[in-house]
Amino acid sequence: MKSLKLKSQHVPVMVTLILFLTMFAFGALRYDNFFSTQVFLNLFVNNAFLIIAAVGMTFVIISGGIDLSVGSVIALTSMVAASLLQDGQFSALTVIPISLLVGTTLGFIMGCVIHFFNLQPFIVTLAGLFLARGLAYLVSIETISINNPFFSYMASARIPILDGFISISVIISLIVVALGIFIAKSTKFGRNIYAIGGNEQSAVLMGLPVGRTKILIYTLSGFCASLAGLVFTFYMLSGYALHANGLELDVIAAVVIGGTLLTGGMGYVAGSVFGVLILGIIQTIIVFEGTLSSWWTKIAVGVLLLAFIVFQRVFITLSENKNTIKPSGTNEQEALKLKSGVKPGTTAGRG
Amino acid sequence: MMKSKLFWPIIVLVSILCINLFFDPSFFSIEVRGGHFTGSLVDIANRVTPLLLISIGMTLVIATKGIDLSVGSIVAMSGAMAAFVVGRPGISDDSLAPLFLAIALSIGLALLVGLWNGALVSRVGVQPIVATLILMIAGRGIAQLITNGQITTIYYEPYAFIGAGYLFMVPFSIYIAAAVFILAVLLTRKTAIGLFIESVGANPEASRLAGLNSKNIILMVYVFSGLCAGIGGLILSSNVAAADGNNAGLYYELDAILAVVIGGTTLMGGRFFLMGTVIGALIIQSLTTTIYSIGIPPEVNLVVKAVVVLIVCLLQSPEFRKKFTRVLTFKKMTKKEGVAQP
Repeated sequence: MKSLKLKSQHVPVMVTLILFLTMFAFGALRYDNFFSTQVFLNLFVNNAFLIIAAVGMTFVIISGGIDLSVGSVIALTSMVAASLLQDGQFSALTVIPISLLVGTTLGFIMGCVIHFFNLQPFIVTLAGLFLARGLAYLVSIETISINNPFFSYMASARIPILDGFISISVIISLIVVALGIFIAKSTKFGRNIYAIGGNEQSAVLMGLPVGRTKILIYTLSGFCASLAGLVFTFYMLSGYALHANGLELDVIAAVVIGGTLLTGGMGYVAGSVFGVLILGIIQTIIVFEGTLSSWWTKIAVGVLLLAFIVFQRVFITLSENKNTIKPSGTNEQEALKLKSGVKPGTTAGRG
Repeated sequence: MMKSKLFWPIIVLVSILCINLFFDPSFFSIEVRGGHFTGSLVDIANRVTPLLLISIGMTLVIATKGIDLSVGSIVAMSGAMAAFVVGRPGISDDSLAPLFLAIALSIGLALLVGLWNGALVSRVGVQPIVATLILMIAGRGIAQLITNGQITTIYYEPYAFIGAGYLFMVPFSIYIAAAVFILAVLLTRKTAIGLFIESVGANPEASRLAGLNSKNIILMVYVFSGLCAGIGGLILSSNVAAADGNNAGLYYELDAILAVVIGGTTLMGGRFFLMGTVIGALIIQSLTTTIYSIGIPPEVNLVVKAVVVLIVCLLQSPEFRKKFTRVLTFKKMTKKEGVAQP
């Protein structure tokens, strides 16, 4: 019985995995040269920053929130790093910690505002989006290209694997993913995130440190966005205020396609990685196809999003029905039941 | 008077306009030039129309505790659709048929998109943010598909009238925005629809039990939002005589949400204030115009907007007010004690 329950929890991630394999198989059958190690490794090389940002976003979404600021934070980080390196002539060793602090601080502030003033994450991170993008413009309107030796090394270093290669950024992103999985599975903080996403009120009643956790979640997401910004800077070797415009949508899409419920309480870091890889493979297929224009990526992502969201709805309805028949269940089912049963009476907005 | 939801937004708007007066004494003057009114105020009123229309639609959506992220993409799609009809070479300026075809197709597309969003939210039961996120992403792709990835320039003269024409010396787009606004006010305040929307926003389940058809009300609100965004897209593409699938209406959804929130409608749903939204949209547009006219680099605009969003949200947050008033009353108390003690 236990194995069956585990399965139902893993269904969304399994679907994502199967979709990824199907798409890869589709590409391999349709195009020559598609089925190669390098094409697969390039998915990581080209999307390392997206993977890092998606890890942070996964935690935010599991907690039932959203972070719209990641794209702008990436741009701001790249801008700060480039400006300090080129105009300030600082060494990479000083620049990297400062750049990482940018997003972390912004995330911390947003988390505090969300928690202490009980504001909606959507609107607070929207302000963060404007602020970070505006600050990036204030640093400079022009593109700043970087010729720092360390950054150039990070951009060009290739680590051979099998008959292909990966960049150092990929290693960084994989470390972040591993840490993300560890935090989600094996730390109190991680379990608290799931509890808050399942039902915030019951989390408060259970005596969990909801406020601290919430602030930490946004700080973590800000840190991930900044790290993604650094990796993005390695990738582009330049800072530009328009970098990563609208990237937050890609990240959210990747997390949703990765099987994380947007209502919160359920999701996997590993799923988000596959979500990013699926976005990457769509782009790869479109490049291989040659005749298809780039905007088909957007349409394809939209269609996939739709499919996954409808699938999630069906999945939730099914597990809710199951719950009404069998009251005992896993934590996650319990949370779902609470969610459907106890509706916090909101009369807000009437004052 | 200070209790009114409109009080603070109006103060902000007036002070922004007065800052302009300080830098440019002729800011409020309106002249007749070339057979129509010109001046900074007319300019603001003209430029604000697409945002204003979208914000009106957004107000009703937010009143039902929803949100419509796809409006920016609808603006792009509607403009692309119109350009697809009137942007082709060889269309003569004499015939008005392409104009009406363009309007019909654009509005039709916008209504369809609104219906799609509404169906996802009300029938499938998807969260509004997510449901409209789909078209926010895919919509730009569709817009680029229609324009074939190019920025289509429109040379067809009659089409320019919508966004750049004048009727009785006043920009025609202002009439359109005013008509939609009056329609929305009449529909929501003179009929029961407004009450229904507020009721659904405050508590959808209770409204359903009270006999309201919540689903259809939610559906209708999204269709209306789509319609508003579609008209906004027509005005915008007509004004710049071009359709750009990638950048037309970029960040409009965020500006519109901001306008609604400034206007006093909270994101929690329930009561809504259409007049507040109008003032909110005017504030955003005057802010942009001011930043350009004073000579502050336009990049600061985003930072200022961020600060405005934060302040407005903080003022609306009960927690913040409580803390704030506690600080104030504490100060008063210590003052009184200080007087009483000696």
